[in-house]
Amino acid sequence: MSPDGATRAAIPVSFTLNGKPVTVTTDPVRRLTQVLRDDLGQTGTKVGCDAGDCGACTVLLDGAPVCACMVPVGRLEGHDLRTVEGLAAEGVLDRLQRAFLRFGAAQCGICTPGMLMAAGALLAETPRPTEAQVKDALGGVLCRCTGYRKIIQAVMAATDLDSHTPQAAVGAAVGSRIERLDGNPKVTGADRFGADTAPEGSLVVRVIRSPFHRAAFDLGDLTGFVAAHPGLVRVLTAADVPGRNLHGVIPDMADQPVFAVGETRYKGEAVAAVVGEAEAMEALDLADLPVTWTELPAVLTPAEALAEGAPRLHDRRPENTLMRGLVQRGELAEGFVAAAHVVEGEYSTGFIEHAYIEPEAGYARRVGDRIEVVACTQAPYMDRDDVAAILGLPKDAVRIIPTAVGGGFGSKLDLSLQPYVALAAWLLDRPARITYTRPESMASTTKRHPSHITARIGADADGRLTAMDFLGTFNTGAYASWGPTVGNRVPVHASGPYVYGAYRARSHAVHTNCAPSGAFRGFGVPQSAVAQETLFDELAERLGIDPLDFRLINALDNGSPTVTGQVFDTGVGFKDCLRALKPHWERARAEAAAANAAHPDGPRRGVGVAGMWYGCGNTSLPNPSTLKVGVKADGSLVLFQGAVDIGQGSNTVMTQICADALGLPVDRFQLIHGDTDLTPDAGKTSASRQTFVSGKASYLAGRDLRAQILRLTNASDGAAIDITAEAIRVSEGGTTSTIPLAGLKADAEGFVLMGQGTFDPPTSPLDANGQGEPYAVFGYGAHMVELAVDTRLGTIKLIKLTAAHDVGRAINPLLVEGQVEGGVAQGIGLALMEEFVPGRSENLHDYLIPTAGDVPEIETLLIEAADPLGPYGAKGIGEQALIPTAPAILNAIRHATGARVRHLPATPGTVLRALKDAGHAPVETPDHG
Amino acid sequence: MRYLRPETLGEALAALATAPHAILAGGTDFYPAAGDRPLRTDVLDITGLAALRGVARAGDGWRLGALTTWTDVVKAGLPPRFDALKGAAREVGSVQIQNVATVAGNLCNASPAADGVPPLLALNAQVELSRQDGTRVLPLGDFLQGNRRTALAADEMMTAILIPDDLPGGDERSHFVKLGARTYLVISIAMVAAVVAVDDAGAIAQARVSVGSCSVVARRLTALEADLTGQPLAQAAAIAAPRHMADLSPIDDVRATAAYRREAALELVRRALSHCAGGQP
Repeated sequence: MSPDGATRAAIPVSFTLNGKPVTVTTDPVRRLTQVLRDDLGQTGTKVGCDAGDCGACTVLLDGAPVCACMVPVGRLEGHDLRTVEGLAAEGVLDRLQRAFLRFGAAQCGICTPGMLMAAGALLAETPRPTEAQVKDALGGVLCRCTGYRKIIQAVMAATDLDSHTPQAAVGAAVGSRIERLDGNPKVTGADRFGADTAPEGSLVVRVIRSPFHRAAFDLGDLTGFVAAHPGLVRVLTAADVPGRNLHGVIPDMADQPVFAVGETRYKGEAVAAVVGEAEAMEALDLADLPVTWTELPAVLTPAEALAEGAPRLHDRRPENTLMRGLVQRGELAEGFVAAAHVVEGEYSTGFIEHAYIEPEAGYARRVGDRIEVVACTQAPYMDRDDVAAILGLPKDAVRIIPTAVGGGFGSKLDLSLQPYVALAAWLLDRPARITYTRPESMASTTKRHPSHITARIGADADGRLTAMDFLGTFNTGAYASWGPTVGNRVPVHASGPYVYGAYRARSHAVHTNCAPSGAFRGFGVPQSAVAQETLFDELAERLGIDPLDFRLINALDNGSPTVTGQVFDTGVGFKDCLRALKPHWERARAEAAAANAAHPDGPRRGVGVAGMWYGCGNTSLPNPSTLKVGVKADGSLVLFQGAVDIGQGSNTVMTQICADALGLPVDRFQLIHGDTDLTPDAGKTSASRQTFVSGKASYLAGRDLRAQILRLTNASDGAAIDITAEAIRVSEGGTTSTIPLAGLKADAEGFVLMGQGTFDPPTSPLDANGQGEPYAVFGYGAHMVELAVDTRLGTIKLIKLTAAHDVGRAINPLLVEGQVEGGVAQGIGLALMEEFVPGRSENLHDYLIPTAGDVPEIETLLIEAADPLGPYGAKGIGEQALIPTAPAILNAIRHATGARVRHLPATPGTVLRALKDAGHAPVETPDHG
Repeated sequence: MRYLRPETLGEALAALATAPHAILAGGTDFYPAAGDRPLRTDVLDITGLAALRGVARAGDGWRLGALTTWTDVVKAGLPPRFDALKGAAREVGSVQIQNVATVAGNLCNASPAADGVPPLLALNAQVELSRQDGTRVLPLGDFLQGNRRTALAADEMMTAILIPDDLPGGDERSHFVKLGARTYLVISIAMVAAVVAVDDAGAIAQARVSVGSCSVVARRLTALEADLTGQPLAQAAAIAAPRHMADLSPIDDVRATAAYRREAALELVRRALSHCAGGQP
């Protein structure tokens, strides 16, 4: 015990770590995770929540899985501890690790160590487990990327896994189910995420945040506070920002301060940041800082923000209106007159939290007159530009090096931690790191926009859509973030991939005192699809037309105009998706009817379908990508791949594309990814653009290098290329030409040849009526859900989900399935359980995301209606996969029971209320007798 | 600030006699409650008290030592009336939680949604509280005083949970039903435990039904229990009625509304009783 009692005496603790004895001397109450990661450098064990809610820190204590974040290290004395680092003996992966790679069970990889440890404990007792046993064993580890299905498959198959790894032949990389190329470190725990990389001795930064939705504040005597606390170095505030105290993903709308000035606009907004030595920071209680808060009246919903006299969040935005969007085509009134049936409805969805398992983390260091930020991000070049503006530096004085990203889904497009570590490192000239806590991550970073939607749709007697009128009001939170993008994208997409006689869609993004709503997989389209696709089922019922047939009647096709008047001559694969579902649909509807007839008192079975489309890339804005691929003097082949892989697989996909374009096998490539000093700008990982846009750039880069090589020998495009350590060989018609590498001039970086490709998808601006060509390509798809409704409790049991997606060309079907399954899982969450309530659900036990037990069997049907622009015909899939899940679930609930759920999430209570409205579940009023 | 991890109960109680300590067992409530704040309390880690772990016969009943984990409960050989407790054990958090979290800790944490409370109320459980100068035994219902409030004094620790052999002889059944918005790692919207003893004629000799997450402390439905006594077990589910839920006082929160909880509780009671009667849950 220290004399003042402020710290707890360190004691030596000896235990066995992965078979080797270790002794640490430390405060015995510290969490085992802290000691493993900070003291022993074993960062394979991840921290997702520090509360036992996510299981990312699962380790085996005497063989039993436990959450290391809740184990006092003092308790380890004499015990046996196993972590992910101990799985691969002598560097050879064990069967379970190999199965994870084979089945695509690791996407971003942040949950993978915990999954492996939990699964390993199961397999030690039960080598060939059932699916139910696997789910029980993995139920305590959350995954936000995979939808769990491939993890479950991998665990079930691990014991009997063969040793044959799928290989792709030269020229056949595209379309092959090869394992992800960056998978190995994800299953060994060696991958370095934001919290795993800081230099020894880095300062630690923590942010002081508003405890109220809106508050005035007084920061008090911060200098005195620092002086009174040995080990603290400085408290940073708005006055310390050398450049612009603002950031924002849309440059001319930047409105979010690094540190609030005067008052805060949402709960969780930063006002200051404390910087200090690690030990002092660990002992610091942020509540001790001399900050006084004065809560101010706040507006939390658009209705409140639009009310007369409501406080205005931003002076330059009257009526708290960030923007309005519009797409209209045809004569709306005439369209409704022509309708034989008109349906309408009012819908709402809440804030959705991205809930990646990796809270934001990273570090920065000053290198002379430059600053380097090493952090998790989806958008390195955008980060660079905003960090430069904040520090008042030229852009080329900022280097962004993305770490492995433990899930992004849109939120890691915005700056979060970067300004705080950059400021600290810049001003103090020492490396500075930060790791957000789970509540901090949830309170302060962007969310999916809550929506309030009214829609009205009409069809003629033949079932053809005559008109749709849509109004979506979106709670865009305190700052602009991606609000304008959502507001622009929704009117274009609210129609779904269907042909209308007339159409009008309006959007309205309204500021409130909530966390900024930003980008989240689908940019508002999942919300609008809920309204449109469920109204379609009501319309089909009025018309007496089968819901799948109704969609086929109205489906967009090659040559038919979209609601913005855009016409695609080829590559519209939506009808193919619906047709692919048809046999499944007929089987499932028959099975549901038979089950309901056989068990009249049992749960009600139902089947629902919903369609979707999604434009790949920015809406009517340039979004170019550039990739390079070069040959070094030693014959090595390097792909400069700036499309950040946040788990979706761009490292692998870009390489597969480039391999075939160049004519060399995938395993020849070395990758340099996402470093703004090294890789050209491949844009942001969002909007389902990387496979389509960066993939095309990768294709062009590969073709460019190939053409350069062929020119050296005057060979035709039919020639085969080989590169050895000494020479490039080009073979054609039985003859081989050899180009010695020593004879080629190397550039400063050692490259003798460099191919480059740039692609910017062609779009055109939308006019005042939203007419134009917003995207160069759309992805299309449809989901079919089979489920059972417990009509007395309102609970839903999902039985199976069948997903048909037109991806143009599946570059890697294993990865595409992973995207689909992960999207479906997020769609399930949106439909059934997720709702972020600011101030109330800033943790992963009040905010629920699906567990391994909540995602049913998923069958993916890949449709390949090639896009003429995409690489090998490919389109995007990332966001497509989430959009139709929720409406398909709602349609299946309605098919099962007649209940109409229009306000998400469809929690048991919400469903039970809808069931009663539909005449189910006789109301039993307590008589209190 | 101290960290003590004694190996005898005497040492532990002596420490408590000198100063209040945060008692640390499984840690699954202790660490989440700490959040990102430094742990500035004296800590008494009781996991070295090996004698407190395990389930055993003790006199006319069963004794669950205070360090008995949920996994220990699942693995213990116990009579059917413990099936509800075992059911709850399998649904507490996750396997990771069940492996370290103790049943006693669940009671001391006194959450309205504590999974252990309904089954233990239905078992007429008592808790043994020890201090340096003696031991007292309280009915669980008296120990739990409110949301996060218990009768535990600062110089006391729970040393055991005691389950009396007080069911009438004959056939005994029990079952636990938990309702949440997802499959694993879920805090319940409502939960029900039922323990019934059935005579040779198939009539209910004694029924005990409790409901959790629908009042600040889980409650036994005594009016329902009285109505069930003497009735055929096969009819039990049908006897449960809305009026039997009158003592519940559920609230609206992020998980569900009070009105839904009241209705769901009745349905869960019926399912628990139906399961006891041999039907499906």
